[in-house]
Order: sequence, then C-alpha cells, then structure tokens
Amino acid sequence: MINAIRSETLKLMTTRLWWVLALILAVYVGFTAGLLAGLFGALGDQLAQQPGAPALPEGMVPPIVYSAVTAVGYVFPLILGTLAVTSEVRFQTLTPTFLAQPRRGRVLGAKLVVLAIAGAVFGVIGLVVAIGLGAPILTATGNDAALGDTDTWALAGRVVLAMALWAIIGVGVGSLIQNQVAAIVVVLAFTQFVEPILRAGTSIWEWTATVGRFLPGAASDALVGASLFTAFGTAGGSTVDPLEWWQGGLVLLAVAVIVSIVGYLTAWRRDIT
Amino acid sequence: MRTRTTIEFQHLTKHFGPVRAVDDLSFTVEPGRVTGFLGPNGAGKTTSLRSLLGLVRPTSGTATFGGIAYRDLPRPLATVGTALEASSFSPGRTARNHLLVAAAAAGIPRSRADEVLELTGIAEAGNRRVGGFSLGMRQRLGLAFALLGDPEVLVLDEPINGLDPEGIRWIRGLLRELAQQGRTVLVSSHLLSEVQQTVDHVVILSHGRVVHEGSLDDFGSSPAVVVDSPDRPGLRAALLAAGLPVADGDSGLVVSAPAVDVGAAAARAGIALSLLQPERAGLEETFLQLVGTGEGVGA
Repeated sequence: MINAIRSETLKLMTTRLWWVLALILAVYVGFTAGLLAGLFGALGDQLAQQPGAPALPEGMVPPIVYSAVTAVGYVFPLILGTLAVTSEVRFQTLTPTFLAQPRRGRVLGAKLVVLAIAGAVFGVIGLVVAIGLGAPILTATGNDAALGDTDTWALAGRVVLAMALWAIIGVGVGSLIQNQVAAIVVVLAFTQFVEPILRAGTSIWEWTATVGRFLPGAASDALVGASLFTAFGTAGGSTVDPLEWWQGGLVLLAVAVIVSIVGYLTAWRRDIT
Repeated sequence: MRTRTTIEFQHLTKHFGPVRAVDDLSFTVEPGRVTGFLGPNGAGKTTSLRSLLGLVRPTSGTATFGGIAYRDLPRPLATVGTALEASSFSPGRTARNHLLVAAAAAGIPRSRADEVLELTGIAEAGNRRVGGFSLGMRQRLGLAFALLGDPEVLVLDEPINGLDPEGIRWIRGLLRELAQQGRTVLVSSHLLSEVQQTVDHVVILSHGRVVHEGSLDDFGSSPAVVVDSPDRPGLRAALLAAGLPVADGDSGLVVSAPAVDVGAAAARAGIALSLLQPERAGLEETFLQLVGTGEGVGA
C-alpha cells in the first residue's frame, strides 16, 4: 500500500495538471476574496457613517472573505480528483498501473489517500491567497482582519478538510464515470447548475429545506461554517438551521465513500481492453 | 540460477457479449526459448494475453504463470515483464517518470529506470515528454517498462510493430538473448515473417482457437499440394467430398494432403487435372492458409 501511495503521488506530480489547476484556483480565489473584502470593507465604512443604519454583525466579514476558498474553489479539488482517475482511462495508463499493482482496490485506495492530501494542499494554497489578499484589504478599509482570532484558524482548518473531502469525492466520481468528458460535464453541470438550483428550490419550503441541507454543496458550507451562500441564506429568513459543521463533514465523507464504493464495484473492476 | 516459469493456458475462454474472442485455448509456453503467438488481427491474441495478465476476466478457464494467477504473484513486475500493443503513456509525462511511477508501485529501485532506458537505447530521450515520441520510441519505452523488474517471463504484444530495420534487428537479438538466459519469452505478431527468424516455437491462433502448435520445422513441412483443373468447381467439390481440406491459392487449389490422395480423389470423380504439384510456398503462405481457413482447419 505504501508503494501504491508513492506511485500515485509521483503520478500526480509528474504531469502539469495539478499546478495548472492550483494556479487557476489561486487566481479565482484571490480575485473573489479580494473583491469580497473590498466590497464589505467599503460597505461597512458607509454604514458606519450613516447614523441609525444597521451595522454589519461584528466579525462576520472575515469568515466570508476567507471561506471564498471553498465557496468558489471547491470545484478545483473535485476536478483534480476526477481527472486523476479519468486521465488514466483516457490515456490507457490503467494497463501499466494494474500490471504494476494488480490489486485494483489498493490502487483506488492509494488514489483516495493521495488526492485527499492534494485537496488539503489546494485548501492551503487557497487560504494563503484568500488571507494574503483579503486581510490587508480588510485592514486597509478599517475592518478587523481577525487574524489573531482562533475562530479564523479553526475556519481555516475546516476549509482544508472540506477541500480534501472534495478531492476524494472527485476520485469516486472518476472511478464511477470513467469517460473523461462525461465525468467533467457531470461535475460542472452538477456543481454549477443543478445543485445551486436545487439549493434555491429546496429553501422555499421548510420540509424541502430539511432535505436540501444534505446536498453536498450545502454540507460543504455547513462544514466550513460561513460562506457567501449561507450568509445570504440565513438572511433570506429560512427557519431551518443548517447542519452542524461536523455533520456537514460527515455528509461529504459519506458521499465520497458511497461514490467510491459504487465506482469500485462497477466500472473500476471492468475489463481493461 | 534463474527461476524457470512456464505460462499455462488451460481451457481459457472469453466471450464479449455474443462474440467468442477466445475459445477453449490450451497451451504451455516453456522457458529458455522464444515462442511466437501468431494470428491475424482479431484472432484473440490480445484478449488471451490480457486475460493472462489479469486485465480481462476470463469467462472460463485459467491462464497462469506456473499455476499462479498474475494477481496472486507476490512481485508481479519482477516475475512478468509486459509490453502490450495498447500499452499507453500519459503524453504529458516524461519517459523516465513513466518508468519511475511503475517502479514505485512495484517497489523497484529508481536507478533501474535509467538502466532500462539505457538498455533500450532511449536514455537521451528519458527526460522528454512521451507525447512527442515516435511509434518506434514508444515501443522501446514499452520494452523498457517490460524489463524494469528484470523478469523471468516476458509477454510482448506486437513488439516489432513500428520499429525501423535497425530496431527490428536489435529486438531480435534481444529476444534471443533473453531466451538464452533461461527466460520465458512469448511474442505475439500478426506477421509470421516478422518473427520467423526469432522464434523457436509457434502457437497459431485463428478465430480464438489454436490451429497449430509446434516448432517452425514441423510447421513448414506440413504436406500440401497445389492442384488445378479446367473444371475447378468440380475439382473442389470432389476434394471436399473426399474429406480433404481445400483452400484457394494463386495458381489453383491448395490441399493439405499428400499428392497421391489428391490425385485419387480427382480420379474417382472423373475430373481431369491440369496441375498437381507439391506446394513450395514459404512459411508465410502456409500460415495465411491456416489462419485464412481457420474455421475449417480448427474444427
């Protein structure tokens, strides 16, 4: 198993995919965090100048800025995990992979371990950018960047965990849907289109909202504990509480485990011709 | 002393839906010689080899290395070296990294990657991305992967495809040398001429079944005659009626039977012959007849 993990690590590091995705993640998260910090910073200033206007809740802004890593960036570890599997199908490298390690379950297990670490690294990269850009902008606009706050660092830890979980969900998706184009289309369609609609739709009634909070994106927001969407969700007056952070984490883990097991039992054990 | 490992196919059968790709295949590949695994494209060679290597699950039967299935080998790459026709590479990864990925998975020291790159003559291309490799260089890299674990058994699917003449001479020498070291070498090809100078033993496959197994000497000396008549359809009918295997040749009908039997069959049917001569065709033509009429011969 150690050998399989070492091999999967090399596999990930020896093509350009991981750092290209990391770069796009950094740019995207940096842009979003910077924008949010600037907007909320300026907004806070304006509200403070108008007597009688409601002030932004104390300490609400930094978490929103820093959690941009998962709010907009979770799709990157998800795609990295998916491509780590489907590119092997596409380039038929599953043949040498399974020749070197015929126990296919070990290969999949090693991929899950390595991609969890890679997802966590993506989380760290995202945080470095989000905090590195967001905190100075918040400070410059007269807000507290909350860098001395333990809550901020607890949030950072949960961001890293969420990114790791998204990466292994990607591995599961890739093992289940082995056609690279199909897998990417499914991932993008679900995360960018289907799930946002479902989350908006389920938030209308109380009973659907109870179900809707188990959607993976909602679970991820619950795990991280703050994001643009939950901030506006609660502002929208939903009466259903989101999941606890650890429940959100368990939901993501359950999705990863179920998708991976189904993938292993079906597509992963197929003939390699 | 090198461990000597045989390859054993026992009643191996693989169906893809309604298609019988491999049909009750049984033969043994012995160490110390080069065995050619021949047959036209679609005869079931690749499916047989992929079943042997645990990549394809057989419908029934087994294919093992001295009784041990590939997936149960304690160190698969150190026992069996494989270069498959479709054995592919991520185009963005360098040749050396491709080998290092496999070496890591199999617990083989990293230095071995440079050794096999040297051995297969692509050392100077080791740090280039495989995406820019010619077919010949990919073949050499595939072979480097096969040799990575210094294996007792080599299974090579169409290794000569795409090599230049110098490369072909090199691989022939290499295969002979590996066999002389006591290794088991199984080489598939759809062209007999490609391997006839290299192989000691052949297994010929057609429509998923073994149609011939033996040394190349028995193979070339199988009795065959070319026979013709102004009434060729009548002659064919007469020969078939006599139970003789008939195939179409360039200058008449080719019959795998002694000339005396062929003449007698024609005489009994009252058919005048215009030609009756021993077949002088090369191995290749006999091979083509065997696989071309595979259903008749194999039945």
